[in-house]
Parts: sequence; C-alpha cells; structure tokens
Amino acid sequence: MFGRVGVMLVKELLQLRRDRSAMLRLIVPLVVQMLMFGYAATFTVHHVPTTVLDLDRSAPSRGLVSHFVASGRFDVVDEAESQKQLQSDIDHNVAMIGIVIHAGFARDLGNGKTAPLQVIVDGTNSNTALIAFGYINQIVAQFSAEEVAALARRVAGAARPPTGVTLQVVPWFNAGLEDTWFFIPGIIGSLTLMQVVSLTAFAIVREREVGTLEQILVSPIRSVEFILGKTVPFFLIGLADIALVCAIGILWFKVPFVGDPMVLLVGSTLFLLAVVGMGLLLSTYSHTQQQAFALNFFFVNPFFILSGFAFPIAAMPKALQWFTLINPLRYFLVVIRAVFLKGVGFSVLWPDLTAMAALALVMLTVSVSRFRASMSA
Amino acid sequence: MSANPAEPASADDAVTAEDLTKRFGAFTAVDRLSMRIARGEVMGFIGPNGAGKSTTIRMLCGLVAPSEGRASVAGFDVGSQAQRVRENIGYMSQKFSLYGDLTVRENLRFFAGIYRVPASEVAGRMQYAVSMAGLEGQENARVATLAGGWKQRLALGCAILHRPPVLFLDEPTSGVEPEARRRFWDLIHDLAANGVTTLVSTHYMDEAEYCNRIALIDRGKLIAIGSPSELRQRGLGGVLYEMECSPLGAALEALHGAPGILEAAIFGDRLHVVVDPGTTHAPDLTERLRAHGIAVGAIRPTLPTLEDVFVHLVARGLETRSVG
Repeated sequence: MFGRVGVMLVKELLQLRRDRSAMLRLIVPLVVQMLMFGYAATFTVHHVPTTVLDLDRSAPSRGLVSHFVASGRFDVVDEAESQKQLQSDIDHNVAMIGIVIHAGFARDLGNGKTAPLQVIVDGTNSNTALIAFGYINQIVAQFSAEEVAALARRVAGAARPPTGVTLQVVPWFNAGLEDTWFFIPGIIGSLTLMQVVSLTAFAIVREREVGTLEQILVSPIRSVEFILGKTVPFFLIGLADIALVCAIGILWFKVPFVGDPMVLLVGSTLFLLAVVGMGLLLSTYSHTQQQAFALNFFFVNPFFILSGFAFPIAAMPKALQWFTLINPLRYFLVVIRAVFLKGVGFSVLWPDLTAMAALALVMLTVSVSRFRASMSA
Repeated sequence: MSANPAEPASADDAVTAEDLTKRFGAFTAVDRLSMRIARGEVMGFIGPNGAGKSTTIRMLCGLVAPSEGRASVAGFDVGSQAQRVRENIGYMSQKFSLYGDLTVRENLRFFAGIYRVPASEVAGRMQYAVSMAGLEGQENARVATLAGGWKQRLALGCAILHRPPVLFLDEPTSGVEPEARRRFWDLIHDLAANGVTTLVSTHYMDEAEYCNRIALIDRGKLIAIGSPSELRQRGLGGVLYEMECSPLGAALEALHGAPGILEAAIFGDRLHVVVDPGTTHAPDLTERLRAHGIAVGAIRPTLPTLEDVFVHLVARGLETRSVG
C-alpha cells in the first residue's frame, strides 16, 4: 500500500516542482492576506476626535482632560467655549465625542460628592462609538479612583480608610486587551481553512476533468491509496502554511506565544485532517472545477463567519450554534488562541481536539467510501 | 470463431457479458447486451456516438456499475471481483489521459508504480513502451509537447505496462491522423499475436476491417456480431446485385415488393437489389425487368460495405442477432 502511495507522492511532488507559479500561488496570497488582515482586523479605536467643553476650568477638570489625552484613544481637536460650539463640532464631523465638564466639578470632588460629567457620543458609527464609550468609562473610573484615593489621603491621619467597593477588572492572558492578539491566531486558522480546502478539492476535480483520474481508477489502486497520495501533500502544505503565518504573527505582529508548540502541532494536525477531509468530500460532489468552486464558496464562507473568528458563537441563534459544532475552524480557533495566549495544554483542550479528530474521521471515511462511486458515475 | 451468445461459456472466453444493462434514469444506455470475446481476439465495437459503446466498455472495466446483467473479464466477475478485474485489464480512452506536465519517462514510471510492475522488470518494460511508441530519445520530453499520434501510442504503452491479458480501447484513434491510426492498429495486432484480447470501439468504418469480429451496436442494443466478411456477405439478409439498367425509376418500381426481392435502391447510376438467394438469381432479375420493357446491361453480385450493412441493420431496427 505504501508503494502506491509513494508513487502518488512522487508524482504530486514532480508536478508541484514543475509548476513554476505554484510556490507563488501558495505563499504570496497567504502572506499578503496575513499582513493585510493583521492590520485591518481590529476593533481597537485610536485617536477619536474629541471636543472638550470645560466650564469648570479647575485643576481637577484639566487633570481629567489630560487623562483622556494621555490614553492615546482621544485627540482633543477643539476646546469649545459653549455648548453650541460643541454641538456644531459633532454635527460637522469635526468631533465624534463631546465631553462637557460642568462648573463646580472641582468643588463637588473636593466635597466627596458625585461630580457629574456629560459625554456626548456621535452614534452614527455605533460600533466605534460604543467602543469609545467603553474607554471613556475606563478613564473616568480610573480618574475617580485616583481622586478618591487622594481625598482619602488628605482626610486620613487617625481616620479609618474610606470604605467602599471598587469594581476591579483584571484582564488575564491579554493584559492590554490587545485585540490584535485575539485576531491574529484567528486569521491563521481561517486562512489555512480557505487555502487547504480549495487546494484539495481542486486538485482532485482537475484530475477528473483532464481524464487522468479515470485512468487511475481502472488500475488496481485502492481508494485510500489514491486519497492518501493526493492529500498528504496538501496536509504538508497546510502545516507549512500554519508555521509560516504563525511566524508572521509572532515576529511581525509581536503576538506572544506562551503555550507549548507540541499542543499546537497536534491541534494543527487534527484540524488539517478535518479540512483536507472537507476538501475531499467537496470533490466527490463536484464533476467540474466550476462546481467545486461553487461548493467551496457555499461552505467555506459560513465556516469562516460561524467560527467565532469575530462574532461570538454564544451570541448566535441556537440553530447556528448547532451548526458550528461541525465546524473544525471553531475548535481550532479555541486551540490556537489558547496555545498562543493562555499556554494551556491537552488537559484543557482535549474536548476541542477530540471534536476535530471526530470530524476528520467522519469526513475522511465518507470521502473514501464515496470515492469510487462518485468519481466514476 | 462463431460466438453466439446462447452458446455455453468457453474457457477460452476472455470477456463475457450477459444481459448487461445500464440505465441512467429513464434512459437506457445499454440494453441487455450479451457477447463473448475469445482469447486473443480483436473485437471491434462499432456504432454511432451515443450508441452505448463507451458505457459498455466502462461497465466491463468496473468504472460504472451495471444496472442489470453480469459480465466477467479475464475470468473475474466485474461486480464482485472488481479489484482482480482491474489487475488484468488495460484501458485507454479517447480522452487523452496522461499527465501533460510530466515527461514520457515520468508517466511510464508512474503507471508502472501504480500497477506495481516488479522493480526488476520496470526498466525493460519502459524501454519497450518507449520504442513501441516510437519515442526513443524523447524520454525526457514533456508529454504535453508531443503530437497526437505519439501521445496516443504512449498512452497505449502506459496501459499495457503491466502486461494485461485484456485490453479495452475506447475510441483510441479518434482525432488522430490516418497514418498514425494505421500504426496504432499494427500495434494492436502485435499485441493480439501475443494473446492479448482487445475490445476496441471506433466510429471509423474503415477500422472495422482490421478487427477479427465486429459487434454493431445501436441505441444500446447489439444488432449484429460477426467477422467483417460475414457481415458483408450476410448482413443484408440476402445477396446484393448491382445492375445497370434504364430507366432506373421504372426498374425500381418493377422490382419493389416483387417476390424474392428483399430490397431495391438506386445507387448512383445503378440499381442495388438484395434478393433472397434461395429463390431468386441474376437471370430472374433480368427476366423480370425485360418483361417490363426495361433495358438491362451488366448485372453482377457484389459485396456491400460495412457501412451499407450497418445502415441497413439500423434502418430495419432488427432484433439482436448474430450472423455466421
């Protein structure tokens, strides 16, 4: 059996080597997309144009504004003199956020009273607005915590420290909540899925179109031998893909890799088996490359969107959540993110690894059993 | 040489088909086809496009499962022993099916490997295939750069690397120039001389003459089977006379439907008449025409072309039968 698989592998490698543009086709789109998406796929908001209307003109009010500026999230583009001017800035898209510090801000703070702060948000781009609003909350919370502490120090001495509960949010694994760290591993998985599924499906359908497949099917080769010979190269290409884009993620985008490479290798292997199996399955339903293209489009895009890459699975309707259970990318994203950022191992990731192994087994088995019948019809 | 399907199977039969049927939905591509091909025989499969030739060959190769009926190839059942069948056949189709981006040598080595030709014999057999295809010195040329005739002979070379006793060739010469077709048939006869059984389909009537026997197939049915000369002698169901006479129209009218006359048709400036050889002979024809005041010139028995026979049989929509 290994004899014929070996013969198939030699043939595939010869064809790959002879195809001068193959390396170009395999590597360039991957690297370019990795770089593009690495920069583009982000929810982070920087330098939001902001207009400040400081009616208090006190040290604390200036302190608060400097907190905004220091965060890097907000650029104060205008210091308004009136509510009307602030309004106009937002109407004319000069500013997206308006911060109004009312007179008496410093006095209320000094008395330990609640000092109201008005924030006006342009909701046209609801996503950015929401995120910016989140930052504002953070900054204000931090500012008020500092003020409370300062106040406590001033009135300290024999007095007991101020009581009260402070909500403390401590992000783990990604302390800076850098969403690049979240997205890069996701991009690695998604790009691999797209490339390997289509490569596998097309390679087989092309042989079918040319007629070489028929010539092989009249030979005593077994389905499993042919399929192994045809898919092992794509499996290896997939592994190289993952290694390459991981390297870009780590070296270029500086995503930390705190986990065990071995766990990632096992995860990648199971993921690729499932993905290659999916490509094979598509090829058994395609007589022409056009059909393969249509099927590829029909399956790969939902697998991408419904993977948890960007949109949380928990927020999807139940039916779609069930669909994600047969999505190998869903499990691989869990694994690759966990390995990159959390450093957890098999003891935590085994359910996802098992799920991918099961999917791979089912898809490969069905493909092999369908193979001769579907190819010769 | 006679191989009536009703005859019991002979140990010498390399291929047998019994009531082989293939339906695609409501369409019957092959309809209860039965035939036997003796060992070492070159059987020609003749019929128009879509007659069911390819489907029959693909069923015999195990590429397509029959809807009904059975077949055995090289002594193995096509349904239950598909793997053994595949080990014992060579197949080549009109669809050129070598790897164009690989060289002559790489293609041969690939197929030798797939068929597990023993390592000690690979070099010798590859050499044989190369010289058979006339590709000496071109072993490192990419197959895509070869001209049609060479590609086709190389494809045959690849198909016989494992020395299969049975060869299925599905329109192997379609689209190949006449000179190359001739050479290709020489190769088939060389193989037959070594005991290889060949079923070869073609729609070139001239190629039918190169076969030991011919199976005529139309709309999925076997309509006649026999050697080329048998078919030409008896395929029309009588003896064909070519007559010079005048006027032709009146002559046709005089003969049409007369007793002993099976068929009459104007053929250029002559009349072609098929008669029942048991009751009617040349003098009877002359007599009848003269009685109608028609001038009769030369009259001689002649053999129809295979094409004539085929057209005749198809037009009559005859039942499956064998001749000879």
